[in-house]
Amino acid sequence: MNTNEILETIEMIDNENLDVRTITMGISLLDCAGPDPEAAAQKVYDKICRYAENLVKTGEDISRQYGIPIINKRISVTPIAIVAGACPGASPVRFAKALDRAARTVGVNFIGGYSALVQKGFGPGDYALIESIPEALSETELVCSSVNIGSTKAGINMDAVGKMGKIVRQAAELTADRECIGAAKLVVFCNAPEDNPFMAGAFHGPGEPDCVINVGVSGPGVVRAAIQKSGGGLTLTEIAELIKRTAFKITRMGQLVAQEASRRLNMPFGIVDLSLAPTPAIGDSVAYILEGMGLEQCGAHGTTAALALLNDAVKKGGVMASSSVGGLSGAFIPVTEDAGMIAAARSGCLTLSKLEAMTAVCSVGLDMIVIPGDATPEIISGIIADEAAIGMVNSKTTAVRVIPAIGKQAGEELDFGGLLGQGPVMPVNTASPAGFIGRGGKIPAPLQSLKN
Amino acid sequence: MEKMEKAVITVVGKDMVGILAKVSDMCAQQGVNVLEVTQSILQDLFVMVMLVDMTKAQTDVAVLSEQMDGLGQKLGLKIHVMHEDIFNSMHRI
Repeated sequence: MNTNEILETIEMIDNENLDVRTITMGISLLDCAGPDPEAAAQKVYDKICRYAENLVKTGEDISRQYGIPIINKRISVTPIAIVAGACPGASPVRFAKALDRAARTVGVNFIGGYSALVQKGFGPGDYALIESIPEALSETELVCSSVNIGSTKAGINMDAVGKMGKIVRQAAELTADRECIGAAKLVVFCNAPEDNPFMAGAFHGPGEPDCVINVGVSGPGVVRAAIQKSGGGLTLTEIAELIKRTAFKITRMGQLVAQEASRRLNMPFGIVDLSLAPTPAIGDSVAYILEGMGLEQCGAHGTTAALALLNDAVKKGGVMASSSVGGLSGAFIPVTEDAGMIAAARSGCLTLSKLEAMTAVCSVGLDMIVIPGDATPEIISGIIADEAAIGMVNSKTTAVRVIPAIGKQAGEELDFGGLLGQGPVMPVNTASPAGFIGRGGKIPAPLQSLKN
Repeated sequence: MEKMEKAVITVVGKDMVGILAKVSDMCAQQGVNVLEVTQSILQDLFVMVMLVDMTKAQTDVAVLSEQMDGLGQKLGLKIHVMHEDIFNSMHRI
């Protein structure tokens, strides 16, 4: 073994925030559905507690034995709209409460899957679930919700887009006394992946096995440090190679943890998600990577190009390091969770329209962005429709997680604490898209969907 | 034959008398067999890397790691204990 390699690994963990971001257990709840809502909710609770009983302890054991920090242990479940569809007329909120209780019992810090997939229209249970999201997120703490409103194959369900503008706002209003946290736990997707281990958008797709272990790696700090150490002399070709090599190492560690967790829990290994997920910790920032490539501040012209290079190099490096790659796999740009983005948003260098352009080349979408409290539901729907269009046409996942800061204006801030971070209210374009959103109907699937 | 369970102990800090003795003494107390040691001075820093066999140890990597961390704090050094698999997976294809 080579001393330099050993020291490099130690340096990554000690000083550059290298960690495994999450071990997420996916659990199918398809067998819990039934006509009696109380009995179904109890089945949901029982199954999660039975399957995930040892999840947290196993994660901690692996972390201690291997010496790698594993930050989060989480659960994703079958979209609850599918389960709740079997008992029409009953409020689906009881399922959210069962999920919350189960999450507390097994000790995970988030549970995802209070979700509905409505890209092509509303199925049984979907409408009731969407209506109940604000109440469910306000009355639970650990439950995360997502709604898929479009896909490249199906087009965009504009009725659902119109609805979600109102739901996002209500989720913020009902939790206005808690920094509008409800909206921070709600993601509106186009092309949602069914095996994503990252919150708030994680759910266990209907095509997934009964249970599965997915792992999300991280490491923006490691990539930033690698670029910083390389100095200013490298060409972008060389930077791309450097990022690939670094991503390979990070992913190999994730693969090791995923296999070990799957073996110890006696559950199949699903995927490793290669995402660079920033945290508010100093240095653990995707924006700093872009700035390390030579941009004065994230948001400057050139940011989209730098992000495209980063996103692609992360995938190329990571894909060889894992036997199965999935989820979102790319670079995340959640504004309030990234110290560099927070700074750029505060200074005005990073704007909503620049972020929208960046989402065309990164792995997700408009993520953790605080918008003014007086933004109308139609404006929020317009933001969702634009993002969904970018995802639909480019055959990629896009998402919107904006937080209307009820009672606050541009310049003020929200502070969620912990991994969700904090950030300034970013101004939105206030011209009304109400006529467009109000038409309803669907945006048909693009020509790109006809691949057969 | 049982697979050997190996770990890597790294010590980084200011050079002083008796580092090797203290770390290997703690290994001996726990039944941890030292297989290889390399040490060098890198930019004024003392760096020691030990490859150890945990197969017959009375403790596991997690507990040894905590004890070494305690020793490190007492001596003003950074001592890490990590499973060999980490390095193999990160740096070997």
